[in-house]
Amino acid sequence: MEFSAFDLFQAVVKGLLTGMVYSLMALGLTVIFGVMRVVNFAHGEMMVVAMYLAVMSFAALGIDPMLALIPIAAILFAFGYGLQRTLINRFINVPEHMQFILMLSVAIILVNVCLVLAGPDAQGVQLDYALDSFEIGELLIDKVRVYAALGAVVISALLYLFFSRTRTGKAIRAAADNHAGALVVGLDVNRLYAITFGIGAACVGAAGALTIMLVQVQPFLAVEYTLLAFTIVIIGGLGSLRGAIAGGLLIGVSEAIAGFLLEPSLKSVFSFGLLILVLLIRPQGLFGKAA
Amino acid sequence: MAIIERLFGGVPRRALVGLAMLAAVLLLAPFVVSPFVVTVILLMFYFAYVGQAWNIMMGFAGQLSLGHSLYIGLGAYAAAALYMKAGIGPWAGIFLAIALAMAVGGIIGYLGFRFAITGVYFALLTIAFAEFFRILFDHIDWLGASAGYYLKVENRQENDPFNLRGSPTMFYYIMFGLVVLAFGLCRWLLTGRLGHYWLAIREDPEAAQATGIEVFRYKMMAVLLSSGMTALGGVFIAFYNNNLYPEQIFSMGRSIELLLGPIIGGLGTLFGPILGSALLVLVGEIMTDLTEGSQLAGLKQIFYGLVVLLIVLFLPGGVWPWLARLCGFDRDGERK
Repeated sequence: MEFSAFDLFQAVVKGLLTGMVYSLMALGLTVIFGVMRVVNFAHGEMMVVAMYLAVMSFAALGIDPMLALIPIAAILFAFGYGLQRTLINRFINVPEHMQFILMLSVAIILVNVCLVLAGPDAQGVQLDYALDSFEIGELLIDKVRVYAALGAVVISALLYLFFSRTRTGKAIRAAADNHAGALVVGLDVNRLYAITFGIGAACVGAAGALTIMLVQVQPFLAVEYTLLAFTIVIIGGLGSLRGAIAGGLLIGVSEAIAGFLLEPSLKSVFSFGLLILVLLIRPQGLFGKAA
Repeated sequence: MAIIERLFGGVPRRALVGLAMLAAVLLLAPFVVSPFVVTVILLMFYFAYVGQAWNIMMGFAGQLSLGHSLYIGLGAYAAAALYMKAGIGPWAGIFLAIALAMAVGGIIGYLGFRFAITGVYFALLTIAFAEFFRILFDHIDWLGASAGYYLKVENRQENDPFNLRGSPTMFYYIMFGLVVLAFGLCRWLLTGRLGHYWLAIREDPEAAQATGIEVFRYKMMAVLLSSGMTALGGVFIAFYNNNLYPEQIFSMGRSIELLLGPIIGGLGTLFGPILGSALLVLVGEIMTDLTEGSQLAGLKQIFYGLVVLLIVLFLPGGVWPWLARLCGFDRDGERK
């Protein structure tokens, strides 16, 4: 196979852009874990739900996913908020495997509701600018990928501002730092947890709406996205925002390089290899604090 | 006699009678019920057996594995390849299957325990390895790659148990034997020194270490035993189904399928995996029946998910501990 350094560079740029969307998806997972120590095994399923919502709003109303992502994020926020209030809150202090089974049952229900409503075939959106690309010198980059990446960056930045500037954001960080302390100073921790889960779900919802611009959706993708999100946050450090962003970019690029050098179907071998390596050498992840 | 004492000592008489009656019913069932029901019970046996194997690692030693499909797949492929490529029968192939699964399980366990990877992280390590092998087998052309690997199916009048070629009824009795053996083995282990070490490690690894239990060594033994036993299940499922697809056999879905039984039935209990698997297969079959003709693939899975959800919500310890109390099978609240 013949390839030039330039093609590789182009693949890396694409990988970085895709990685930004991955980062947003992983941010949702890491926020939930960082605050509640609950592992959201239904993360990929929420992603797929959001992708279907984007497909439906495009097919029925012709709304561009870039716009649809706002109502979709809102719907997933409400879903996450409600889920935390009704189910997950009772499972905060139970052993991990019980949380796992709970989230698993939620995942099974979500993905099969998608299957029943949308069927097993791949679906996507036909944007009229889907085939356009930006030219920077010789570099050719799909417009959709740039838009999706920009959307992800903006939302990630908003998330950062929320946690660093707003009272609620600070209160959530306080509850994550010291649960008992947060209760003592009178924070409504249950409400904060529900908001956190809502935000996590909204992140993955927005990521789903952006991703539908790049790939078609099928129900079985849910498991892959769950695994992908986990790989990213473990590499970056479970619970760390910076880690999720760095991990997303890293996986985006490594997938792009693997797809370029090897068969595309082998690309996740790279990611899992990276995951195993990180688990062994630095189990707290690149940006995680040692346990 | 010491073995008899360890297997049956302290078990209430009514529980023994119940167990004997259940065994008798299951032994006679193939003569009475329809061939279809035989395949359903066979499926229950299979999940009960691999569930029992998984339970050793999680239920006894407290190590959560979400990648047990790896050992099923390795066992299945090892025995199938030996049979098809070298003409070596499955009963001999079992040894390679078990050795291979134990080697890989040993590596995962060694890495995980040596590098102190625990909880969610350990679970993810097991998933990562299973996914790694799934993709690997997808690309091994010698074993059919992603197109699948098939065992030769011949029309024959008689069962050939030496080559595991035969009717579902033959597999029914083989799987039944495996379930009984695994059940007995687990009971024997749990009542012995090893079992008590495992439970100590599960409850508090640091305290166990402090009392002089070699935690690393006994966790390794749990992983090795569990992976080897699971591989054995893989051998039989390969020869029963006659086809292997990496996408299916190594999938995370398979890993989850096999751990739902023990969790629903009652983690760390001996009868939990059996009851849980029976319940799940039963619910699955009922749902298939109910949703038949509705053309809605997935409806069955939704109900399945709901049942699991209800059980974790209302019987978090599993169905068996609750049922055992109800029937008076437990002795002063002790787990059986």
